Amino acid sequence: MSGFDTVVHLIYLLCATAFVIGLHLMNAPATARRGNQVSAAGMGVAILTTLAVLIKGGQVDAWAAWALGLGAAGGTAAGLIAARVVRMTAMPQLVSLFNAVGGGAAALIALGDRPASTQAEVTGVLDVLIGALTFSGSLIASGKLAGRVPGRPITVPLGRAAVSGLAVVAAGLGVLVIGLDAPVTALYGVAACALAAGVLLTLPIGGADMPVVISLLNACTGTAVAMAGFVLESTPLIIAGALVGAAGAILTKLMADAMNRPISAIIAGGYGTGDAVTVAVGAGSAAVREITADDAAIQLAYAAKVMIVPGYGLAAAQAQHEAVALAQALTSHGVEVTYAIHPVAGRMPGHMNVLLAEANAPYEQLQDLEESNPAFPRTDVALVIGANDVTNPAARRPGNPVSGMPILDVDKAKSVIVIKRSLGHGYAGIDNELYTEPRTAMLFADAKAGLTALLTALQAYAR
Amino acid sequence: MSPLLLADLTVFTLGLLVGFEVISKVPATLHTPLMSGANAIHGVVLVGVMLLAASISTPAGYALLAVAAFFAAMNVAGGYVVTDRMLAMFRSRS
Repeated sequence: MSGFDTVVHLIYLLCATAFVIGLHLMNAPATARRGNQVSAAGMGVAILTTLAVLIKGGQVDAWAAWALGLGAAGGTAAGLIAARVVRMTAMPQLVSLFNAVGGGAAALIALGDRPASTQAEVTGVLDVLIGALTFSGSLIASGKLAGRVPGRPITVPLGRAAVSGLAVVAAGLGVLVIGLDAPVTALYGVAACALAAGVLLTLPIGGADMPVVISLLNACTGTAVAMAGFVLESTPLIIAGALVGAAGAILTKLMADAMNRPISAIIAGGYGTGDAVTVAVGAGSAAVREITADDAAIQLAYAAKVMIVPGYGLAAAQAQHEAVALAQALTSHGVEVTYAIHPVAGRMPGHMNVLLAEANAPYEQLQDLEESNPAFPRTDVALVIGANDVTNPAARRPGNPVSGMPILDVDKAKSVIVIKRSLGHGYAGIDNELYTEPRTAMLFADAKAGLTALLTALQAYAR
Repeated sequence: MSPLLLADLTVFTLGLLVGFEVISKVPATLHTPLMSGANAIHGVVLVGVMLLAASISTPAGYALLAVAAFFAAMNVAGGYVVTDRMLAMFRSRS
């Protein structure tokens, strides 16, 4: 190993260290931003070092240099623009899109490389398989999250059988490439099978399961990048890929646990309805108590402790700013306010926290399931905004679709106000027993309109 | 199994374990920036695409290279910037 190679390897090691330290600093909101910057600095150094390697090696011909330069410039511009203009509510689909292109790039590396060893062949096949599957799967997931592809489960006739068939064909082609040194073009066959399988696997998965799916796809991209690292014998790719694989795997498990559904069942798909659950049973059903915005505002103003329980309805109505404005008004009125956030409240892990942070909610007030549940019995008013299944006490009993799902113990609060458009069902498709509890009052309104009415009433009252 | 593959496998396995150890402590509040930040880290695939450029010399190869570079650069640039944008919003009470 020449002196130059040694220095390059040491620099790469430094970059990998920066990635780990960067992720470590993400353990707390106060240091997280610096963590991302440390990680970005490591990435910048890795890219510059690789540039130096290419220039010193002198093996890149002019056409390849142009292809690389123009492609990278275009991609950088596209990435920067998308990152700057995206609304926080649209974050899940953008992260999913970035995940797709990462997987796509990893797959293309194995397609473009001429494998020099059996190791490169085996990992190349795996890279193409995982990378291409993640690419098409993430694009479909991104489309579902953005509403360009219907969020409801789309079942393709014989979809499962087709996926099995594609797997057999891809495995066969893979064996040809590895064992019989079939031309590398057979890899394109593997890629085609994986692309089709990615589409067929993601289409039947409903909108409610998206937090799990994008976590899983994230883990897959990490693995694909690590495989590309094996192909190219590049340590930084292997380390970074492994780190991301671990991150994705952890989030996948956390999300699946939060919904109490096995990952296998989620991948099998078909659960839930997607987004707009509109079947209105109608306001004023016998057992439900309605409340006006004025009465609700007085109840909130007299409380010592209020917990706000935001759900998907709040994100869909983009009412995070109104929710935080109400919380600030209550705080200045002397009421203690916290947010109780279920892990799957948004469309991706932690999405609700980002929305509330965008609206200037201090992160100390954002509490997770474990922190929130012991606090409900001490809470005077729990204000549920567009959350449904994650508050259903029926989850504590066996024998229904939400059984065993960890829920927020909203029903243990001294009183409950629910802002919701109708008595429509959530993803699980069952009645929410919380709504018929005697201590619960329903404020039938869209999250944004309801919160605005509450805030107006509160300000009129407090004046 | 070649010594090289063994070394790579060792690095991969330890990377996974370090990842599990470091990331399992991240609070739920930061899960979206974590995923987005991890996404940006797999943008290191751009390094792989650059290394690949050295062995490409056909028109089809150039096209593939340009697409791969576009994808990887979009991943890395967009990933870090959007993560930074999100994390800048997380403010303390004070």
